[in-house]
Amino acid sequence: MGDFSKKVDAFLDAFINQNGYAKVLEGLQNTLLIAVLGLVIGILIGTVIAIVRVLPKYKVMPRILNGICSFYVGLFRGTPIVVQLLVFYYVMLPLLGIRMSSVNVAIIVFGLNSGAYISEIMRSGILSVDHGQMEAGRAVGLSYWTTMFKIVIPQAVKNILPTLGNEFIALIKETSVVSFVGATDLYIAFNMIGSNSYEFMVPYLVMALIYIVLVLLISLGIKIMERSLRKSDRRH
Amino acid sequence: MIDVINLQKSFGSNKVLNGIDIKIEKGDIMCVIGPSGSGKSTFLRCLNCMEDPTGGQIIFNGVDIADFKVDINIHRRRMGMVFQHFNLFNNKTVIQNIMLAPVTVGLQDLKKAKRTNVMIKLTNLFRSSRMKKDLVPITTNKAEIKATAKENAMALLNRIGLADKADVYPSTLSGGQKQRVAIVRALAMNPDVILFDEPTSALDPEMVGEVLDLMKQLAKEGMTMIIVTHEMGFAREVANRVLFIDGGQILESAPPAEFFGNPKNPRLKEFLSKVL
Repeated sequence: MGDFSKKVDAFLDAFINQNGYAKVLEGLQNTLLIAVLGLVIGILIGTVIAIVRVLPKYKVMPRILNGICSFYVGLFRGTPIVVQLLVFYYVMLPLLGIRMSSVNVAIIVFGLNSGAYISEIMRSGILSVDHGQMEAGRAVGLSYWTTMFKIVIPQAVKNILPTLGNEFIALIKETSVVSFVGATDLYIAFNMIGSNSYEFMVPYLVMALIYIVLVLLISLGIKIMERSLRKSDRRH
Repeated sequence: MIDVINLQKSFGSNKVLNGIDIKIEKGDIMCVIGPSGSGKSTFLRCLNCMEDPTGGQIIFNGVDIADFKVDINIHRRRMGMVFQHFNLFNNKTVIQNIMLAPVTVGLQDLKKAKRTNVMIKLTNLFRSSRMKKDLVPITTNKAEIKATAKENAMALLNRIGLADKADVYPSTLSGGQKQRVAIVRALAMNPDVILFDEPTSALDPEMVGEVLDLMKQLAKEGMTMIIVTHEMGFAREVANRVLFIDGGQILESAPPAEFFGNPKNPRLKEFLSKVL
C-alpha cells in the first residue's frame, strides 16, 4: 500500500506542481469540444440525410439526392474513424492546400462521421412516427416541410433520444483517437503526466474515472431531457 | 362545389377507382357506403389529393386540383378532413392542435404579403410616378393572428364541452373526445367542406354517439360533408344523398329514403340484406 501512496504522491506532484492540471483541462476541453460540436454537426447532417431518404421518390431530384446520401453513409460507415481522421488530415488538407488546427479537423471529421450514423438513427425515428401524423398535417393545408419540422421531427427526436444519447457517449469515448493527428485530448494529457513522473498507473486510473464521470453525467442529462419530452405521453 | 369527372386511381396495376363522376353541391351531406376494398376510402382521399388521382378531374371551387401544377396546400385549407384514427398531433396540446394550422397559415400569408410589398417598393423605384403600384394592405400582425386563433379555438372547444382539456395532450383523451377534437381542428380553418373517413369505426360503441351528435349539429348548420361510413342509421337520418361504391364505381346514388327503401342495383340489395 505504501507503494501505491508513493505513486499517488508522484502523480499529484506532476499534476499540481508540473502544470499537469493545465494539460488535463486542455485535454478535457478538447474532448468535450470535439464530442459536442461533432454531435451538433452530426445531428444537422444526419437530419438532412434522413429527410432526403424518407422523401417520396416520384421525381428525379429526390432519387439523385438519395443516391448521394447513400454513398455518403456507405463511405463514412465503411471506414474506421481513425482512417477518416488520417486521410482528412494528411491527404485532403495538403491536397486542397488548407491549414487547419488538428482540433478543428477532429471536430469536422467526427461531425461527418456521426452524421452518417445519426442519419440512420433519425431515419428510423421518422419512420417510427405514424404516417397519419403527416397526413393530418397535410390535410389541414400545411406543406410537407412544415409538417415535417413541426410535427414529425419533434416526435421522431423524442423516440430516438435514448439512441442519440448512446451515440453521444460513443462519440465522447471515440475522441480518444484524435491524438493520431496531434490534438491534445485526455489521453495525451495523462500520458504526459505519466511520462513526467515515470509512473503511469495512477494517471491512467484517473483518466478512466474522468471518462466514467463524463458518461454518467451525460446519461443523467439525457434522462432529464427524456422526462421533459415524454410529457405528451403521460396521463395526468 | 366539387365536381368529380371520370376520377381514376390505380396503385400499380391494381385499379381501385374506375371512372367516378359525381357533383357535390354546397350544403350536401353525402354518405358513401360500400363493402371493404370497394374503393370508397380511396375515393374520399382522392378528393383532397391525399392520394394523387391517376386520371380524371376534381374541380373544386372552379380549379382542377387533380392537376399537379396546382398548389394543393392552398386548396386543402378549404377542405377539412377527419380520419378513422383521429391523427391528432401527439406532440401538441389539444388547443395547439386546433391552433396550429390557422396560425401557421396566417403567418405564412403575412410573410408572403410583406415579401410582395418589398418587391413592389423595389420595382416602384424604377416606375414613373403615374405607374407606381399600390402596396398590398396588411391589416393584421403576428400577435393578432395568434390571439384570434386562440379565441377561435377556445370557442370551438367550448362548443364540444372540452374547454377544460385545452392544455392536456391528446394521449389523455378518450377516443370520442379525440375524434371530436379532430373535427373541430378541421373546423378551425373554416373549410367549405369536410371529408370524414370512417370517423366512428375506431371508437368504442358507447363513444360513437357523441361523435355522431356533433356531426349532426354540423349538418344542421349547413356544413357540406362527405362521409364514408358504416353507420347505416346515421346515413339514413342525416344524409341527403347516399352513394354505393363497389369495384371502384358508383353503383347507386339516391336520397336515403329511396336508397334504403327501394334499392335498384342488385349488388346493393345484396349488401343491404347483409348489413341491415
